[in-house]
Amino acid sequence: MTAPDIAANNASPGALAGWMENPVRLVVEQANYAYSASAPTAPNFTLGPVTFSARQREIVGILGPNASGKSTLLRVIAGEVKALSGRVELDGKPPADLPLRDRAQRIAMVHQESNLLFPLRVWEYVLQGRYPYGRRLRFENEADCLMAEKALAQVGAEHLTDRPMDEISGGERQRVVLARALAQQPQILLLDEPTRYLDIGGKVELMRRLRGLSQENRYTAVVVTHELNLAAEFFDAIVLLQGGKCIAAGKPEDVYRRDLLEEVFRTPLEIEKSASGRPRVILRGDSGEQAAESSQGE
Amino acid sequence: MRPLTPRRISWICAGLAAILFVIVVFSLKVGAYPIAVVDVAKTLVRGAIGHWNSIPSSDRLIVFGLRLPRIALGVLVGAALSVSGASFQALLRNPLADPYVLGVSSGAALGAIISLAWLPHAAWTMQALAFVGALLTITAVYFLGRRGGQLDSTTLLLAGIIAASFLSALIMFLMTTVSGRDLRGMAFWLMGDLATPATVPLSFLFIVLLIGIGAIYTTASDLNLILTGEREAHHLGVNVARVKLVVYVGASLLTGLAVSVSGAIGYVGLLIPHVIRMCFGSDYRLLIPASALGGAIAVTLADTLARTIVAPTELPVGAMTAAIGAPVFIYLLRRRLA
Repeated sequence: MTAPDIAANNASPGALAGWMENPVRLVVEQANYAYSASAPTAPNFTLGPVTFSARQREIVGILGPNASGKSTLLRVIAGEVKALSGRVELDGKPPADLPLRDRAQRIAMVHQESNLLFPLRVWEYVLQGRYPYGRRLRFENEADCLMAEKALAQVGAEHLTDRPMDEISGGERQRVVLARALAQQPQILLLDEPTRYLDIGGKVELMRRLRGLSQENRYTAVVVTHELNLAAEFFDAIVLLQGGKCIAAGKPEDVYRRDLLEEVFRTPLEIEKSASGRPRVILRGDSGEQAAESSQGE
Repeated sequence: MRPLTPRRISWICAGLAAILFVIVVFSLKVGAYPIAVVDVAKTLVRGAIGHWNSIPSSDRLIVFGLRLPRIALGVLVGAALSVSGASFQALLRNPLADPYVLGVSSGAALGAIISLAWLPHAAWTMQALAFVGALLTITAVYFLGRRGGQLDSTTLLLAGIIAASFLSALIMFLMTTVSGRDLRGMAFWLMGDLATPATVPLSFLFIVLLIGIGAIYTTASDLNLILTGEREAHHLGVNVARVKLVVYVGASLLTGLAVSVSGAIGYVGLLIPHVIRMCFGSDYRLLIPASALGGAIAVTLADTLARTIVAPTELPVGAMTAAIGAPVFIYLLRRRLA
């Protein structure tokens, strides 16, 4: 099945015209991966076949409990490792086959944590995002600085430009890390638990910003997260993983089914519809004795 | 936003080169037979334009025969150690990395001693074996310093210290077998000593130095990104494996070069890059050339002190650098753990 086929199958006839203006950018089809500590032994971890696709301006959330393969899937999409079989394509090309610099001009990764060895100022850090656009030993020019300034403005961090990275708060830092990714001028943004060290206000702010940025700059974004409700509220599609298997993939309202989520996250919960029509997960702490016991038993 | 420009690098390096020049003149002047600065200048100018006969013969012997070669050796060793220290710090993502602390200097020293003990008359073997010793040691320490596939900074430092003590044991063993030789000379050399002139032409050593530093400098932009993490660097388009290969080989070459002519001078590779960072920031495009000049300044100064502080007796320069370097190492370690 080719990319247009998938798009056409999933969409109503009216949406076909929309597809013409907004082509599918990222295709992940039956992609799997396995790795082991030492090559000849059986793999320690297997990521089963995963299928989904994403267009420009779309945000895909990868959800699942710990060790479900979320980060591994992100690495496969980033081209850091090549899928063992199946297809991963970014605008028709497998990311793992692209030369490193070309890849860095298309794909930007925002990492879980970024600990610096030596003090660096915010602008120096953001300018690193311009690396893929230079030759081997490069010096940044005027245009690079403009791009870095623009990236900082887009995340609302212009006022941090001259501050040292180790003196800004966790939320500010996360914005700066995002700004470096924006300075890469990518087509696709990959974020590995970007909300991890943020308070609730910071989480909502980051999600809102991500939403706005992908609309404005036509980014496709793939976000690994543990935030069920934020994902439902802000993302266009959800990929649900468990133990390396893809349990479900699709729109939030299709994936957020009570039985499915209770099984995957092993916790009693209820699902409501929010005012925006998006599903909302409510965790049940009190009435879940039976479920709690069964999950302890495992 | 003030990105680093080649012009800024040139200015800072020119400033450091000027300081180095002043120190070199000072070092030519002082010693058991002091020479007036004016005479040092006259001798240098006359030597430079080839008017050898107009220089008083005593000045000629002391300046060109004794002090200048020793200073040149100090410049060479300081630049080599300091650049290899800066390189190891980036690659191993460890601010306490240094060829001496990691045992790489001991590996190079073992190589050099093997060549002294068994191949005393073969040219270049000392340099070649010192390089091989350095490369093997850093490879071993790198793999011993990993824990669960990740480089662990504490394990890495311990691996380096263990490697250094093991290699020192081998060196001691070899030294007892060469009893006929001048043991005091060897012990001195092990501590780090610039008094013995190199058996290889200085010009050759400087060419190797420039090749080593040049190779590492081609990866300066990459090292900046590797400092923030190998995976992040990879995602920004850095070919991490290639950079590691170039820099490990380059830094081992520089360490081998330095140790083969001067023994194991400690802490230069640790301290100088840190001082340069404090003054000018941690951008490797500036840090590498500035560290080379800073290391040259430091070792020349330390050696001048070592040969004048308790004159007429001379101290090994390694004793000087360790006496200053070890406390600073402790300070950096405590600050990092705090």
